[in-house]
Parts: sequence; C-alpha cells; structure tokens
Amino acid sequence: MLFAELIVKGLVYGCMYAMMAVGLTLVYGLLRILHIAHAGVFALGAYMAVTVTNATGSLAFGFVIAAAVSAVAGIAIYRLAYQPILHHSAFVPMVVSIGLFIVMQEGFRLIFGAYGIAFDDNPWYVAHVDLAGISLTYVEIAMVVMSVVLLVGFGLFAGLTRAGIGWRATVTDPQMATSFGVDPVRVRYLNFLFGSALAGIAGGLVGLLNNYVEPTMGGAVSYKALAIVVLGGLGSVRGTLIASLVLGVVESFGAIYLADIFDRDAIGFLFLIVVLMVRPQGLLGRR
Amino acid sequence: MSAYIASLVSVIGINLILALGLNIITGFCGQVSLGHAAFYGLGAYTAAYLAKLGAPLPLTLLAGTAMAGAIGIVVGLTSLRVRHDFLAVTTMGIGFVFLGFVRKQKWLGGELGISGIPGPGLDAVPYALLIAAFAMAVAALSLWIKLSWMGFTFDAVADDEDAARTVGVNVSTYKLTAFGIGTALAGTAGGLYVYFARIILPDTFDFVQSIAVLTMVVIGGTGSVWGVFASTIALTLLPEVSRAAADYRLLIFGAMLMLVMRFSPGGLAGLVHRRRPA
Repeated sequence: MLFAELIVKGLVYGCMYAMMAVGLTLVYGLLRILHIAHAGVFALGAYMAVTVTNATGSLAFGFVIAAAVSAVAGIAIYRLAYQPILHHSAFVPMVVSIGLFIVMQEGFRLIFGAYGIAFDDNPWYVAHVDLAGISLTYVEIAMVVMSVVLLVGFGLFAGLTRAGIGWRATVTDPQMATSFGVDPVRVRYLNFLFGSALAGIAGGLVGLLNNYVEPTMGGAVSYKALAIVVLGGLGSVRGTLIASLVLGVVESFGAIYLADIFDRDAIGFLFLIVVLMVRPQGLLGRR
Repeated sequence: MSAYIASLVSVIGINLILALGLNIITGFCGQVSLGHAAFYGLGAYTAAYLAKLGAPLPLTLLAGTAMAGAIGIVVGLTSLRVRHDFLAVTTMGIGFVFLGFVRKQKWLGGELGISGIPGPGLDAVPYALLIAAFAMAVAALSLWIKLSWMGFTFDAVADDEDAARTVGVNVSTYKLTAFGIGTALAGTAGGLYVYFARIILPDTFDFVQSIAVLTMVVIGGTGSVWGVFASTIALTLLPEVSRAAADYRLLIFGAMLMLVMRFSPGGLAGLVHRRRPA
C-alpha cells in the first residue's frame, strides 16, 4: 500500500508544481526569460490568501483576492521590469529577475515579519478522507481539483477561443502572428496575468496545506518549477505538465528511499541533471 | 593592523577570489553559473575534513582546490550538452544537490557542519595578509588570462559559440578550462575560509551565497577584472559602513541588480568606458 500512497502523494505535489511551472513555461515560450521572480508572485499569493482570509473570515474571498493581486503583480513585473530590457541578451532579464525575487522576498520579511503567519481557522489541512486505504487531507484534494479545473480551463481557452488561438500563434511565430493582426503586447499581458494568477492560487493552497506562510516559501517550490520547465523542454506546456507529475512522484519515492543520502529538494535537481545528461532537450523538447 | 581590520581583509580577500573565479566562467567564457557557492562549499568541506584529520594547511588548500576543480569540470561537461538557460537551471540545481547531500551526511556533521577546525598556524594578521596575497595572485591571473590567447578565445566562445567553432576553436576544451579554473578558485576560497572561520555550516554555501557572488560580478561589470575587483570590495564593505546596510543587505543587493541591469548592463565598468554600440 505504501507504493500506491507514494504515487498518489507524489501526484498531489505534481499538481501543485504544475500550477507554478505552467506560468514559467508560458513566459519562457513567449519571451525567452527565466522568470525566477515567479517565486515572489507565489509567496505574494500566499500572503494575500492568509491575510485576507484571516481579516474577512472568507476563504473564497481570500483566494479571489490572492489570484487578482498576483495577476496584477505579474503584469506590473512584465511592464516595469522586463519590457524595458527585452532587447538585451537572455542574461540581463535573468539577473533582473533574480534581483526582483530577492527584493520581493525581503519585502515580505519587512512587511509581514520573518516568522510566518498561519490561517486562524484551517481545519482542512488535518481533516482527511480515506480513498481506498490512502488518506488525503481536504487541502490535498482541493489542490488536485483546482489544478485540473484551472489547467483544463486554460487548455480549452487556448484551443477554442479566438484570443487563445492568437496567443498560440504568437508563441509559435511572433512576427507572423503580428502581421495577421494579433497584438503581441496584449498577448504578453494576458500571459503574465494568467500565469501569475495560477502561481498566486498555488501559493495560497500551499499556505493552507502547511497552514503556514513565510517569506522564503517561494524559493524551493519555484526552483523546482524551473527544473520542471527545463525537464519538460523549455516552452512546451505538455512537457511541463508531464514533468510536474513525474517530478512529484520521483520526489515522493526519493524522499523515502534516498533519505539517508539526499534531502527532498536535492532529489528533484538530481533527477533533472540525470535526465538532461541523457536528453539535453528535455523530456518532450525538440532540438 | 587590528583584529577587526584583519578579519575585514580576510573576508574581502575570500570574496575577491570567489567573484574573480566566477568572472572567468561567466564573464570571460559567457557560461552562466548560479551554483558557485557549491564549489566554495566543496573546497571548504574538503579542507575542513582533512584539517580535522591533522593534514597541514598547504595540503588541505590544495586538496580543496583540486576537489572543487575536478567536480567543476564534471559540471562543466553539462555545459557541453545544454546551453544558456538550461545551464543556468542546471548549475542552480548543482547547488541544491550539494547542500542536500552535505546536510544528510553524518560524517560531515549534517546540519551542524564541522566545528573545532585547527587554526592555520599563523596569527590573524599574517593569515589575513596571506589571503590578500592569494586574492592579488588571482587578480593577476585573471588579467593575464584576459590578455592572453586564451582570453581572446574565451571572448569568441562567449560572443558566438557557433562562429567560434567555425573558425576552428575547440569550444568544449575552452568551456571546460573556464569551468575548471573558476571552480578550482572557489575551492581555494573555501579552504582559506575554513581556517579563517574555524567552523563551517551548510547554509554558508546556499543559493543566496551564489547570488551574492553573482551580484559582485554583475555590478562590477561581467568580464571586467577591475570592475569586479572594485565592486567586490565595495559590496563587502557596505554592511560594515552602515548598520542599515547590514540589516537590508539582501534588499540592497536585489535592488542594485535590477537597477544596474536596467541602466547599465555592463556594470560599473560599462559606465567608465561605454562600449561602442554593437
């Protein structure tokens, strides 16, 4: 039974990674920027969820605000930090992104304190249900449901609507899409809006899962999300989704069977490095 | 020279070796590394482990340097397989793998690190001068590499790998050389740090440390020896000069990274002599 439980727990984490990593993949696919500051957006979402929920008593309202504020933050990051330097080589935006991430993390420490905040009323992270012998908390179930709903919703949007088709066209060939009347700047805004809202919701959910929100919480998750994006073949959404789930499962097994040699965070990167040695283009990437 | 000045000189010297080492990899050869602290740590752990066994300073320093350089070349191999953005994430990963490994090893002290390391056999002031001498030697080595045939080749690889290959540059050899030299220097810095601090903790070598070194390189001007030299000294002294700067050190580093990249991607060196538009 341990085997099945490890797989299920791994998939739960995989769903959370997917919500983070899709935003990163979209940014990379469109702008070729390693958006490390995504971690800050994730933590911002968590802080919004916890403070608004504690202030109003409504979890739903807390998450709506978390998604909205994260989306606005994402757009602001694009407009103020990235847009002025897009003409430089990839190194420049990456360094800006690192700087921005540090500033956000330190900002949270100054504003909300270094010791972290818990939800006043959070019965869902301990309350659990048994599914065929595997016990899952309500938050874990919510994580899976939310990520499936949001990502399927996004898939339908990208596949079926005019705006979604314009978006995909821009990712494939910005120049061609522009000459067919797609506004590339609007696509970028949409991109940051959606990816950042997802990261904010993921942050709120992780806050609920651990019942704890702290300034550095974005770090480990988003470094792993970066690893996933590379693993999936930078810029490939399908690869990213598969890589998220695979990494979640690999980690959950590694944390048990390699516990004496490596900690949990190292296992994900070890897996990444091994995969890249065999397939430098990532799991589904094309050369 | 007071004990305080001696410790300042030691820290500046160690940071100079780290930053100039990274500058060879990222600045000269154009290979992004976000895991420099891992090699610093490799050198430190190797030196500390041997020092506890009773090995003398020259031997431990050499072993730390060799260990970091050897692993650095192995990591450099990844730069032959993956490029640019992949490499940034891979080197970041190396840092986490190193930390995750060290933290779980009981024989390396786990989370508590290694303490009770014997002294260098020198007083604080002569030891600080020794570190300073190492730093000067590294600066001289950097200048020599930059002006040598190898420096021009690094430049070509950094500028356009494929073009360099077309004109007959063995790109792989030069990338591995850059990784080998840069990471070996980080190992030396680690060994020197061990005898200075006499205790090492895993967290000293975390991602934040890698970013701090990268900050010194980027703000000085990626690839400019004098720029990196000046910015490393300035950024190391900054927290000493003002109490506020010490409390908000990371915030200031982050803000500086953003502002420098926004207004002068060439760093301080770029401000001094503005390059012709390419």
